[in-house]
Amino acid sequence: MMRSTGETEARWPGSAGLLLAQTGYQLKLFYRVPAAMFFTLALPLVMLILLNAVFGSDTVGEGSESQMWPTRQFYTAGLAVFAAVTATYTNLANMIPIRRDEGVLKRWRSTPLPTWIYVGGAICSSVILAAFNVIVMLTLGVVAYGLEIDAVKIPAAIVTLAVGIASFAALGMAVAAVVPTASAASAVANATVLPLAFVSNVFLSVDGAPRWVQLLGDAFPLKAFASAFQDTFNPTIAGAAWAPGRLGFIALWGVVGAVVAVTQFRWEPSGSGGRRSRRRSAAESSD
Amino acid sequence: MSVSEPMSPIVVRGLRKEYRSKDSSASGTVVAVDGLDLDVAAGEVYALLGHNGAGKTTAIEILEGHRMRTSGEVKVLGVDPGDGGRDLRDRIGVVLQTSGVEPELSVAEVLEIARRSYRSPRSTSEVIDVIGLNDKADQRVGSLSGGQARRVALGLGIIGRPELLFLDEPTTGFDPVARRSFWDLISRLAAEGTTVLLTTHYLDEAEHLADRVGVMADGRLIAEGTPADLIRSFGGSTVRFSLPESEAVTWSEVLQGEIAAQVSGTVTVTASGRVEISSSSPTSDLSVVTAWAVSRRVELPDLEVVRSSLEDVFIRLGQDR
Repeated sequence: MMRSTGETEARWPGSAGLLLAQTGYQLKLFYRVPAAMFFTLALPLVMLILLNAVFGSDTVGEGSESQMWPTRQFYTAGLAVFAAVTATYTNLANMIPIRRDEGVLKRWRSTPLPTWIYVGGAICSSVILAAFNVIVMLTLGVVAYGLEIDAVKIPAAIVTLAVGIASFAALGMAVAAVVPTASAASAVANATVLPLAFVSNVFLSVDGAPRWVQLLGDAFPLKAFASAFQDTFNPTIAGAAWAPGRLGFIALWGVVGAVVAVTQFRWEPSGSGGRRSRRRSAAESSD
Repeated sequence: MSVSEPMSPIVVRGLRKEYRSKDSSASGTVVAVDGLDLDVAAGEVYALLGHNGAGKTTAIEILEGHRMRTSGEVKVLGVDPGDGGRDLRDRIGVVLQTSGVEPELSVAEVLEIARRSYRSPRSTSEVIDVIGLNDKADQRVGSLSGGQARRVALGLGIIGRPELLFLDEPTTGFDPVARRSFWDLISRLAAEGTTVLLTTHYLDEAEHLADRVGVMADGRLIAEGTPADLIRSFGGSTVRFSLPESEAVTWSEVLQGEIAAQVSGTVTVTASGRVEISSSSPTSDLSVVTAWAVSRRVELPDLEVVRSSLEDVFIRLGQDR
């Protein structure tokens, strides 16, 4: 790119350092919004404690006695997935539109910070929160509810988490991009995740539920994510518990989410006319 | 094109911006900026003045790179802001109409994270010093007054050591004291050589801060010059006085008849009984008024001649349209 006279010799700050700083900044912002803290961290934890208190001694599964497995394994894994989803999908779909409505996104776009680093910082912070959430849930599961972890299944568990977290982060960004205002985005995020959780093996097993409930759950990625992760804690499944079909399905949703997010993303509140006006330059400057 | 030759920080030729009409029943487009030409020289403070909807914000946001233009030529620091990218944004400072500062962070925190993205930023403590918020540095932005929060936005605008600073209605909603001190701040930045383009609908602000003023209406510049030039060519002076209270109502009739016939300017009587004669020859008009008052044995204790303000120019330009 051409530069005019009077250019300073100073060099650009490194991208890795900027990304790290942006991630830290987003985590700090998150930490200071009580509602975000509650819905993202506290709610899944409360659900885990309540559901285990009520149903903890039951078993889940279909068929013979040998295929039944303890609910604590089921709930801990299902709610760990729920916690990962609230930290990525719900969190991003809520916070990005709030910052957009406040004009914060537009202001950042006036600075030389490459736009991919701003967005990357928001996504990285949500991934860190999701990982933290999962660790807290599993730790509580092991300590309080006797959760058993099978070493053979750990690789599948980690890959499932990685695919799920990435996909739900992309879907959160897609909702943030498409929904016009912060209040609408908050409604959409909660109205999609909470009802879906009931048909997706998160709050209860839908193995014996009516067919339409099962089909509804099968259409969306939350059930695939929860089931794939639960399998890695299911003692009745032998071996590594890989679920390539489910992972592919989750990833497909994630790719669609990413495409929607990238093509529809807006930096200004809706109605202000500046839609995607600087995409080309953003691409040029992302060095 | 050679980019090393010195060139005005802002050069705009025939800038046009159309929006699709939001009202589906209306045909076609809304023209927000309609053939704007603008040159801002290095070190100059230039004020774009106009009513709401005149096209000021659209114009400045095209220069900032936030909007694409429909047609016309725009160069900001020698490059097209539409694809200036990171390098241009390192050299300009932008204070948007909506400050867009995170309310959950402290003053020092927002400045600290912002400065990291520039190549040679000012230090956070220097900026806090400049914006005069030393005692608020650790306070959350959300807890500041409107004027203080706007200072933070200005601090964010200057932390990258910009050659060119954009200010979109910087003092809207300020109390008079806060405005004064904000003006002092901008004057100091300008004195250090920063080029400033600001939009405002406050005439006193333009008159106080700007080296040159461009008056915008319907997306076009309808007048341009130094504040003094504009006042000289469109304004002139005003002879004004109040009528003694007791007889004000009946006298206003008399005055309009007798004085209006002899003075060069137009006579208006305000609701409070104040008579104003906007005049291009104040000396002779003043003598008309004093001759009349002496002959009637009336004392006019607050008789005065004042140079027109930019406000008078603005109102006159508005009436001519």
